[in-house]
Amino acid sequence: MIVDSYKFLPRSFRPLYEGRGPFPGEEAPVWTPFEKRLAASRIALLTSAGLYLKASQPSFDVEREQNNPEWGDPSWRSIPSGADAADMAVAHLHMNDEDVLSDPEIALPARLLDEMVAERVVGSATSEHISVMGYQDRSLPGWQKETGPELVATLRDQQADGLILAPA
Amino acid sequence: MPVLARWIEAAGIPTVVVTMMPAVAEERRAPRIIGVEFPFGHAFGMPGDKVMQRRVLELALRVLAGATAFGTRVDVDIEWPVPLREAYRAWQPKEASPIVRKLLTTWGRA
Repeated sequence: MIVDSYKFLPRSFRPLYEGRGPFPGEEAPVWTPFEKRLAASRIALLTSAGLYLKASQPSFDVEREQNNPEWGDPSWRSIPSGADAADMAVAHLHMNDEDVLSDPEIALPARLLDEMVAERVVGSATSEHISVMGYQDRSLPGWQKETGPELVATLRDQQADGLILAPA
Repeated sequence: MPVLARWIEAAGIPTVVVTMMPAVAEERRAPRIIGVEFPFGHAFGMPGDKVMQRRVLELALRVLAGATAFGTRVDVDIEWPVPLREAYRAWQPKEASPIVRKLLTTWGRA
């Protein structure tokens, strides 16, 4: 079965994505072999659903994006693996957030990953996962200079052996 | 997101991207790709459907830990259980996003 990559995309937006090729400078393969057994590995999750903890973290800056559509907030939030759905909010102007608010696992399956750790399928999960805001292709240089290296540093701090990224 | 995966991979941490647009992730040269034919905002499936979410997460872990070559793509064989027209409307924001509004205005003028 081959997934139809454009099934849910409005037809007029398809040319914005299809056949555009790699970004300049991002043509060459990159590869890090996964050398450990999964049962001995620590796994981290990253979502671009714009999740954040409403009591303790600032929202992403959607106001600035409203005023400047070309801009997207390049900051990120640390989501503790045990965070409750009730403590999370979503800052994302590009999708209906009802489903992800009702069950954040559809974007960041931290509890499911913890279950697989309990079953010893996976060695461990990082204590914190990562949330960013999506649809950011327009402001890549800021991401490459700041956000990217910060995320690498936090993943190294947490001794992540692998990362599952899920765009919203 | 595929580009972010590339930077993290290049820094020595293996990555897999779970995406509704696997063809785009391939074009953008993501190292490992899981394709899902799900509406945007639903990478791991339906809210409340743990069985579906687990199938996607397990496949992502298998490909993350077991793929042997750059560009490995495996698609999830699950049909979205909501009729297309309904699901197509349901994922979209109540108000068009700022960039979409801008594009529609630009196209409207052209």
